[in-house]
Amino acid sequence: MAYTPHTDPDRAAMLGAIGVTSIDDLFADIPPRVRASSWELPPPLVEQEVRAELSRLANRNRLPEVSFLGYGAYRHLVPSVVAEVTGRAEFSTAYTPYQPEVSQGTLQSIYEFQSLICELTGMEVATASHYDGATATAEAALMACRLTHRDRVAVSTAVHPEVRRVLATYCSGPGIEIVEVPADLAEGGTGQTDPSRAAAALDASVACLIAQQPNAFGVLEPMAELGAAAHAAGAQFVAVVEPTSLAVLAPPGSYGADIVAAEGQPLGIPMAFGGPWVGLMAARLGSLRQMPGRLVGATRDAAGRKGYVLTLQAREQHIRREKAASNICTNQALCALAATAYLSAVGPAGLREVAELGMTQARHAAAAIAAAGLGTRRFSAPYGAEVAIEVPDAARRHAALVERGIVAGALAGRDYPELGDVIVLAATELTTDDHVRRLVAGLEATR
Amino acid sequence: MSHPEDLRYSKEHEWVRVDGSTATIGITSFAADELGDIVFVELPEVGAALSQFATFGVVESVKAVSDLYAPISGEVTEVNDALGEHPELLNSDAYGDGWIARIQLADGAELDGLMDAAAYTQLTS
Amino acid sequence: MSVVDERPAHPAGAPDAADASGRGAAFASPEAGEQLTIVEPLIFDRSRPGRRAVRFPRPSHAAREAAAGEPAVPASVQRGEAPRLPEVSELDLLRHFNRLSHLNIAIETAFYPLGSCTMKYNPKVNEWAARLTGFTDSHPFDPEPMAQGSLELQWLLGELLLEISGFSAISLQPAAGAHGELTGMLMARAYHRANGEGEQRTKVLVPDSSHGTNPATATMVGYTVVTIPSNERGGIDLDALRAALGPDVAALMITNPSTLGIFEDQIDAVITAVREAGAIAYMDGANLNAIMGRFRPGEAGFDVMHFNLHKTFSTPHGGGGPGSGPVGVSERLAPFLPLPLPVLVAGDPDAVRRNAWAGRSTPDARFALDWDRPQSIGKVRSMFGNFGMHLRAYAYIRANGGDGLREVSEDAVLAANYLRVRLTDAYDLPYDRICKHEVVFSGRRQKREHGVTTLDIAKAILDHGIHPPTIYFPLIVEEALMIEPTETESLETLDRFVAVMHAIAERAASDPAALKAAPVTTPVGRLDEAGAARRPDLRWRPMVEAGRSP
Repeated sequence: MAYTPHTDPDRAAMLGAIGVTSIDDLFADIPPRVRASSWELPPPLVEQEVRAELSRLANRNRLPEVSFLGYGAYRHLVPSVVAEVTGRAEFSTAYTPYQPEVSQGTLQSIYEFQSLICELTGMEVATASHYDGATATAEAALMACRLTHRDRVAVSTAVHPEVRRVLATYCSGPGIEIVEVPADLAEGGTGQTDPSRAAAALDASVACLIAQQPNAFGVLEPMAELGAAAHAAGAQFVAVVEPTSLAVLAPPGSYGADIVAAEGQPLGIPMAFGGPWVGLMAARLGSLRQMPGRLVGATRDAAGRKGYVLTLQAREQHIRREKAASNICTNQALCALAATAYLSAVGPAGLREVAELGMTQARHAAAAIAAAGLGTRRFSAPYGAEVAIEVPDAARRHAALVERGIVAGALAGRDYPELGDVIVLAATELTTDDHVRRLVAGLEATR
Repeated sequence: MSHPEDLRYSKEHEWVRVDGSTATIGITSFAADELGDIVFVELPEVGAALSQFATFGVVESVKAVSDLYAPISGEVTEVNDALGEHPELLNSDAYGDGWIARIQLADGAELDGLMDAAAYTQLTS
Repeated sequence: MSVVDERPAHPAGAPDAADASGRGAAFASPEAGEQLTIVEPLIFDRSRPGRRAVRFPRPSHAAREAAAGEPAVPASVQRGEAPRLPEVSELDLLRHFNRLSHLNIAIETAFYPLGSCTMKYNPKVNEWAARLTGFTDSHPFDPEPMAQGSLELQWLLGELLLEISGFSAISLQPAAGAHGELTGMLMARAYHRANGEGEQRTKVLVPDSSHGTNPATATMVGYTVVTIPSNERGGIDLDALRAALGPDVAALMITNPSTLGIFEDQIDAVITAVREAGAIAYMDGANLNAIMGRFRPGEAGFDVMHFNLHKTFSTPHGGGGPGSGPVGVSERLAPFLPLPLPVLVAGDPDAVRRNAWAGRSTPDARFALDWDRPQSIGKVRSMFGNFGMHLRAYAYIRANGGDGLREVSEDAVLAANYLRVRLTDAYDLPYDRICKHEVVFSGRRQKREHGVTTLDIAKAILDHGIHPPTIYFPLIVEEALMIEPTETESLETLDRFVAVMHAIAERAASDPAALKAAPVTTPVGRLDEAGAARRPDLRWRPMVEAGRSP
């Protein structure tokens, strides 16, 4: 009806060729006892009605005028050129490149994506992508268990709660136990994961230590020391990172990370109420065969022309079935393409500007709030583009600011009851001086 | 397809060559052909104890994967490291340079449970 | 322009009889192929120091002054060398990706009858909707009063999917079909544990025709997989199923219609047997496009099913994702759905639905996320799933309405059966009966008589500017060719495909070597996949470095 081309004469011709008299004959194999009863679905809409309905819902969202909300999803510029690339139907309406001869566009772009993620993380090999950063982290933990033949996983409590929730669900499958390493979140604390506490939690049964840089509160972790603690126990070190920060911060490959997982949303992908986003995963070459998910490799045809193929597929579910490293089937190719176009568009200088602008405006906001006597930094350790601020009566004031179109960051108390008056503020290159002024004025007005 | 007369064969398509108390094992050329272009062999560790007809490794081709089953029991004394760089040796020379491991024979009587070349040829034709 | 559309199989030869477009002759010179050939270097090779496509503002003096008083990023955690990202102009960037795009076959450039994947047309109005700022700029943690549109959309989509499938409750969180399977099986296990049978039920039954994701998923959840054979008619062997069922079985995972494109005509007996054994009946919903309006799995007695919004509900496949795999469940599994669920907390649900179907908002309606669900399996993905896919699927269902969706399935089944009868003379049909949305042929005759494999046939199809069917799946069909035309392809397209398949079957007999050499019109020929796997080259390295280390 809406999108089918068949006219009644077409249908009659096809039914005739098949040798049946009606469409119902083609459904005669459904046992009568289980045939569908009637359903109540709305009537069809023409395009202008579809647009009106979707516009109605989009407009029901009241977007903030000023937002310092980050906490796992970040408001960045999506360059027009990136949207143009991902909008091309030759990319968006193709499927998994099972036929490499007619999929070189998708395959080469994934090879470029893998290369860019290796460059960014300082790792040797990257996958073609995962559903999101949280599932990539969970898959990294399962991979560490396969590599070490161990069945416990240690994770810092300063790893983002969403990531830890997904990790817990994935680990519940094969019965892997999770050991929490408490970060120093006390008043006046560093906000960091203490390497000695990590070391105390690690023993010969623990497959990996998972830490996040910057952590859920924006605090910079002592990653090299945490990695050393993991290695001392014979465990893998899994680093969860934020990709734009890697223009400024040390790449995980330089501080001993064995597996890297990240949410790629900041790389040119709209927040879109949570997805679709893209999970990044990178590792050492020696772990290649235990990596889950798709990989693209370069090769040649008989005439010597260079080309790209899905490779090392024998790890995957469609061949290994119940013995596969993971059940993952698709990657997030179009979102990986967005990240590839984004990193190519901003280049090394642009990515550094993005990271530095966020770090500068986060400090600007923290300093302005402190100067006005409205709040104080909760943790003593240095931070990135996100900062935890202690604000008296935070929940009430946060709600009051929403009425003014301002989202004053994330309330940490939802996930960390002991941080009931802590808000986590995030800044990006889209954060302006005026946003900082309005945030401070709003906090002032709700004092 | 013919198979060397001096070897014994399992129905899982592994072969064994006995030389005193040492046995060399590998997969048959029939198995290699069935798998197609072999791209990876997961070798056992030296010192590992294999038991007859139990899995001891994995062999992968582009489109398939198969477990390796020990044709005979014993301790691994040597593995063919060349297969790491050149897994295609299993396709090109299954009974020679494509050998997989050498083991210290645990029980010579197990050989009686394996096929000779004629029986294996019949199985695979 | 496309390099793959409508070109003849044999550029140097006579116009191909199979080319129903009649354009063969005009395109039949090797020069034409050369002109269209694109060799695109890596983006890194286009890089020149100092170029860039996007610029950002400089921070103000005030901002830098204020920031200076805060702790700086210590040198010890800073990066030394900058990452070697490409440096390109905006135009060079566009040319690079536009040229790469020309190397792809896609739904919008060619017929794409890839079985099991439902490569139907992806409507443009959905893409228009996905770009609305109200959706793209909606932060998942925006306070609920600011996100009422996103929450209402998710709630409405859930209501529609429940009506289509006959289930009781739904989660939109899973990001793909396989992810939906994982979610469903975690719920099955949680259900057995809640009943005190978690220890005892350790096996999951899977038919031998299943998708590889089914057994892989069962393993991920800690179950042992037991494979159930198919019968001679292509359905599940009911006796074998009954024999395998027992107090140690947690679930049956079954695709219906099956991967053979066949409706399980004993499905009622299958469901009854599974439920009587106390196990969970899981339906893989990959093939829902065949049965909308005819069979509602929840109503028929299944406990759980994942939807593939990227198949049935037209969201773009994206070159291999993003997908979306919502999971519908029966009453008894509802408590175990992932956290959180979008719920209507104020307002009458009937009124909200009625208003939305009429394009109106309901003033007193209020939506929220329900986190208070103690028996939930937890989260399977961060946030609330692939919302961008949810809104496209919603737009698609609304555009079609109930009658349209019924017609979608009818036309999909009609097209597949048309190809079934038109191709049976040229290719073996192992299960010769009415099919649903796809039909599985075997290339065994071509292999036996002419030494031409299904892979050769697939590569020959490429030379006609058509994407080949799925090959070598399902595993139980020798030399399988799995064809799913979908409802959005015209009769002329189907007829051209029939002509191409006949021409290839004839050529398999007359000139098998030509098929072995195919494809010859694509940007690259058959690639050395064994070489790629033996010596993996998985990333670019700069020339200098590449020269140093192999």
